[in-house]
Amino acid sequence: MTPSLLYAFAGVALCGIGLFGFLRLQHLLRKLMAFNLIGSGVFLVMVGLAQRNGQPDPVPQALVLTGIVVAIAATALAVVLIRRYYHLSGQTTLAEPAAKSARPKARSVNREGAPE
Amino acid sequence: MSRFLGITVLAAVCLVFAGALMITVWQIAGTQAPVDLPGLLADNLEASGVEHPITAVLLNFRSYDTLLEIGVLVIAGIAGISMANTASLEDPELRTSDSLLYALQRWFVPLMLVLAGYLLWAGSDRPGGAFQAGAVLAASGVMMRLGGIPMEFLRPGVLLRLGLALGFSVFLLVAVVSAMAGDAFLAYPDAFTKPLILIIETVLTFSIAMVLLALFVSAPVNGAEEPEEGESG
Amino acid sequence: MTEWLLDGLLVLALLTTAVAVLASRNLFRAVVMFIAFGLLMALAWVRLQAPDIALAEAAIGAGLTGVLLLDAARHLGYNRGRAGDGDDQGGASG
Repeated sequence: MTPSLLYAFAGVALCGIGLFGFLRLQHLLRKLMAFNLIGSGVFLVMVGLAQRNGQPDPVPQALVLTGIVVAIAATALAVVLIRRYYHLSGQTTLAEPAAKSARPKARSVNREGAPE
Repeated sequence: MSRFLGITVLAAVCLVFAGALMITVWQIAGTQAPVDLPGLLADNLEASGVEHPITAVLLNFRSYDTLLEIGVLVIAGIAGISMANTASLEDPELRTSDSLLYALQRWFVPLMLVLAGYLLWAGSDRPGGAFQAGAVLAASGVMMRLGGIPMEFLRPGVLLRLGLALGFSVFLLVAVVSAMAGDAFLAYPDAFTKPLILIIETVLTFSIAMVLLALFVSAPVNGAEEPEEGESG
Repeated sequence: MTEWLLDGLLVLALLTTAVAVLASRNLFRAVVMFIAFGLLMALAWVRLQAPDIALAEAAIGAGLTGVLLLDAARHLGYNRGRAGDGDDQGGASG
């Protein structure tokens, strides 16, 4: 048991927490954050497990570096999509429209009908 | 009641998942790695053209990953831009009158640009490189954007397209040229390894910053069209 | 021993902020917790002898993601509060 392995286990716990949040939470932005938590957990597992004997290992570190940049790009794209979805439907969750209050929906329909 | 039951089942599923993962990690930790990657890397670092092992992995030994990664970034950037309409790029609401932010910006933006340049240069033998420099560059761009400084190059046009595609196309060009010269795909010629890596890193920095900035800038536009914004503003 | 203590506390703080991200009722608070989580991740990378990732995480996880999510939270949460059923504002004290 080395400190690196401790971080790998922390990564596993983060994956579990993030998975629970991703499945449980309704708000899309919260889902996105939970998804990012899972990603951080995976990164920790990768580096922590590869360095379990205490030596730094540049190969997984480089892969995680690539992964972080891809993750931020994916997050930014997801934020754009969530905003677009909110703009079009007036909701911040993926629930059925009938389950939510009808007012934002009607308002967005009006706005879509307006001339650009 | 069924809601409570649902949460319990969900928590149980997640606990089982985490437990199984935990056991797997514990078992892997008990085994010996089949190849000694750090040792291999240290032996071949001389041939890579740079002194920092992570830069060597990113841009030489595993450059295929980096090539595909910048490809993914470009696709994400294009998708993000196509989602937005850039009419409100110089949104008057964003133009700040906060004198503190304005004063801070005058100090910070040049500093951050210098920091990005330093990080890019440091990548050859110290921690640093294209990714960090690109992130800092994008962050300074975000700061300029929040302060309301107009950034003409983010309009859809030649500059935006060039900035988005530059990193990927230069990288791909190097790869294809080296393949046509008889070497393997992405194998740099021995004599030019260091300059080629430097060029690729520089264009990668610009492209990464451009993609992140474009994704950030394309986001607020939808919100700015909300009628509530106008009422409250 | 001190190092183990440091690592243990850091891991504990990571997990606590992760739970706080998901559990806080206020969206703004959740995003702030997420930024704190990013900063702690940068510290964890330093402890894992990965300064490169720490640099990237500090710039991206704490800086860019924070701005991005705060901006989005303002746009999404704000209008929701106006629509009347926003419990986002109500949880501010909790």
